[in-house]
Amino acid sequence: MKSSILLLFAYFVGNSILAQECKSILLGEIVDFHDNTPLSGATVSITGTSLEAVSTEAGKFNFTGLCDGVIELEVSHPDCKSQFVIITMKGDTYEKIRLEHHLEELEEVKVIGDKANNTKSAQEERLSQTDLQKYSGNSLGDALKSLSGVSSLNTGANIVKPVIQGLNGSRVLILNNGVRMQDMEWGEEHAPNVDINSNQDISVVKGAAALEYGGDAIGGVIIMNPLPIVRTDSLFGKTQINLFSNGRGGNITSSLTKSYASGLYIKGQGSFKKLGDLESPNYLLSNTGIEEKGITFAIGKRDFLQGWEGYYSFFDSDIGILRASHIGNVDDLIQAINSQEPNVINDFTYNIIRPNQEVAHHLGKLSYYRRFEGLGKWNIQYDYQNNRRFEYDVRVGDDANKASLDLKLATHSLSTNFRLDSKKGLDLKIGLLGRYQNNFANPDTGVRRLIPDYDRYDFGIFTVAEFRLSDAVILDGGLRYDFSRMDAKKFYRTSRWEERGYDVDFGGIVIDDLGTQLLTNPVFDYHNISATGGFKYDFGTENSLRMNYSFAQRAPNPSELFSDGLHHSAARIELGDLRIKSESSSKLAVSLEKNESSWGYTIAPYVNAINDFIILEPTEVEFTIRGAFPVWSYRQTDALLIGIDASIYKNWTSNISSDHKFSWVRGEDKTTETPLINIPAANISNSVAYTNINWHNLAIGLESQFVFEQQRFPPNIFVFSPQQQQEVELDINTPPNAYHLLALDAEVSFSIQNANDFKIGVRATNLLNTSYRDYLNRQRYFVDDLGRNISLRLIFNY
Amino acid sequence: MKTIAKSFKKVSFNSVFAMAVIGSIAVSCSDDDDPVAVDEEEVITTMTVTLTGSGNTITLQSQDLDGDGPNAPTITVSDDLLANTTYSGSIELLNETETPAEDITAEVAEEDDEHQFFFAPSGAITSVDYSDQDGDGNPLGLSFSLVTGDAGNGSILITLRHEPKKPNDGSLADAGGETDIAQSFNVVVQ
Repeated sequence: MKSSILLLFAYFVGNSILAQECKSILLGEIVDFHDNTPLSGATVSITGTSLEAVSTEAGKFNFTGLCDGVIELEVSHPDCKSQFVIITMKGDTYEKIRLEHHLEELEEVKVIGDKANNTKSAQEERLSQTDLQKYSGNSLGDALKSLSGVSSLNTGANIVKPVIQGLNGSRVLILNNGVRMQDMEWGEEHAPNVDINSNQDISVVKGAAALEYGGDAIGGVIIMNPLPIVRTDSLFGKTQINLFSNGRGGNITSSLTKSYASGLYIKGQGSFKKLGDLESPNYLLSNTGIEEKGITFAIGKRDFLQGWEGYYSFFDSDIGILRASHIGNVDDLIQAINSQEPNVINDFTYNIIRPNQEVAHHLGKLSYYRRFEGLGKWNIQYDYQNNRRFEYDVRVGDDANKASLDLKLATHSLSTNFRLDSKKGLDLKIGLLGRYQNNFANPDTGVRRLIPDYDRYDFGIFTVAEFRLSDAVILDGGLRYDFSRMDAKKFYRTSRWEERGYDVDFGGIVIDDLGTQLLTNPVFDYHNISATGGFKYDFGTENSLRMNYSFAQRAPNPSELFSDGLHHSAARIELGDLRIKSESSSKLAVSLEKNESSWGYTIAPYVNAINDFIILEPTEVEFTIRGAFPVWSYRQTDALLIGIDASIYKNWTSNISSDHKFSWVRGEDKTTETPLINIPAANISNSVAYTNINWHNLAIGLESQFVFEQQRFPPNIFVFSPQQQQEVELDINTPPNAYHLLALDAEVSFSIQNANDFKIGVRATNLLNTSYRDYLNRQRYFVDDLGRNISLRLIFNY
Repeated sequence: MKTIAKSFKKVSFNSVFAMAVIGSIAVSCSDDDDPVAVDEEEVITTMTVTLTGSGNTITLQSQDLDGDGPNAPTITVSDDLLANTTYSGSIELLNETETPAEDITAEVAEEDDEHQFFFAPSGAITSVDYSDQDGDGNPLGLSFSLVTGDAGNGSILITLRHEPKKPNDGSLADAGGETDIAQSFNVVVQ
């Protein structure tokens, strides 16, 4: 081990000795990423110097008199997104640079996968800027659903949790400008606290292959980064306004960026959204309004040698929860399931009443990087997050305005990594992470805590490497270890403590006996290992084959361990289990892709075997003086998920293109040989688009989405109904019927000061006003999903 | 060469130092104070229904000391009811998590416009009628009359709603509000 480090060191030293002479020539060629055609007129500059060149008709450029060593090029082209390219100069050097049409959305050619390069071998997809603009007034989860294999677990239309290849919650990490979101993702009705308009370079890694972000991403990682800022003296901004007919409101988002040639930049962005009660085709959905505010502010300097950034974001949401979904006990639930109409329909209002959620999320980050000549790049980052969640229930008397749940989650993280990229073809990164988290559950609610006070300590160490074997083959792999300690102070009812058998297994952790309640101090340590490895092989015309295996382990979240008691907003008793241990996933994913300019496809099957998979499902009913309540318990089992995501696109003529996607996943509980709960149904989406550049960049698209009925679901439970005085089947797991939705979108752009700087678009979703319910919407028992929504969007670039 | 070696060292030192710093932040942040127990407010643990008729007194009681804990309420019916008899009934509500037990009956009587009991008799219990009213002249149900029919089995479901719509058509669906109590009693009428 020691000798290999020495060898490595000797190599770098050798490299740097060579860096004495400055006679080298860099010959470059810039081609279109998609079809290899040369790109002329691209500006190439060497960062940190004043050297600049423009590519010729043949796409060629050159620099002379360069020193050997590592340099960074900034390549910009009017039609493309600027790109930074790191090059190792070693004598006269030739470099081929592939640029991608990215910002010029109207001419955008379908791009799948390759640009999103958080991993090379795993399945990954990126949201296009065009799609992001369409979903600017919705949530992150809504936008991500336009990617194949991504669906969502909803509580109504405003609480949208992304589901990646059948998995959600703590199994899906969200990286918000390099900061792993810590926003109580453990709850089914907790949506990610991010503004979709803040960081608009959004990609999804399906599975745990992106190890540097966390070892527990059994579902996947959603990576939200800011769009790159070009290093010139400029001031630019963008404002988008969306107006919605359904909800009778809209949102506005605006950003302004000031950049300097020195690399300094200052960026501010703000969003505001307000919607009133939403509507299904046949009735109003009372108390489904939303108000959201988001602010981000970034200041930083990006230089070749070093750079830093200070970043702050604030996101605040007040979300109404469908009034009709607030039910008392199991009889109310039976009545709600049997009745086709909600039991409460009020007049339209913008006011949000009980039940509702108010969540505020602060995120602050400081980061710094420094490049060491002939060695690589060192990054260090500190971030702090503060998540405050209030959940209000319909309460009476003195408690009417008191929250039923009041949690404050504060997280400090310090991470550092070193990227060794000076050896051409090999990119190696080593990193460390330390994290401290404190959760405080305010007792003033007068409701027993669902989630206890706790301190959590995390420590992680990882290494990831990418090795270019040849022009056609890239290997990547990684290894990570995570330690987590959960140190909680939790009250249990004595009766629950005994019923769960904790008095036998955990008798030693009781620190105080209050008669009917026990104060306990569970301290659990988890040691988790994750590893990944795979390859990408390019062949023929724009074909590639990827294969990735990843092993990941996830420690249980506080909800899975500690939940205990009546969740008023869901009218269910949720029970965690102190015995729950880490779950382990082994996932094999393959994808075959073709990305030509005229057509392309992706076929991506996967199999994910998860040992000790933690699931929450209805198990029984418990009786109280207030009636009977369904009990949802967490348990562990061995699960197998098999699925496929497939997509194909074709540009039929220069004006007409079509796009087709299919996703299917099958989840099985291997122990009980029953289907897993909450697995998304198969779905097909097809769209056809017409664009005409000569006519104000007109783009018209018709989108069709067909969602099959989920045929595989766990059995329903039987409960005794006090009202009916008999045992009845509680139809709690039966999925709703299949449905088909159409959407129409049209957009034109105008040139006011600059080319195409003003865009106007109209979009209609659920065009035929179809009544439907979705299996993964927790409010499907009570109401139909959203009816037709006609929206108008105005986009100004300045 | 030296600079590189130095900077490399510096990096590792920095990161180690940084980890140490966060470690100490972590330790200093955690407070060792124990959290405060939450005693659920406005809890009703016990409902006692007293039926008096033909010189007999019969009590129906539901007692649920652990609330949403695993134990189901304990239901006791002191005796069989007599056939074809009119009983006058009254209800007492207690919070027995406190010592001495808190009487919730008075609170319900005081906030009578915000409460209402609903009775759903079946079998050998033929009817239940309200004997009391709130300030607005709408039924309350702390006292009522109960009529039995011929001998046989019967049951009565008693529901207490908080902030129901008042007046209502007598059905739970129309009344809405929050369920404070929903308890059924099985009785024998002889």
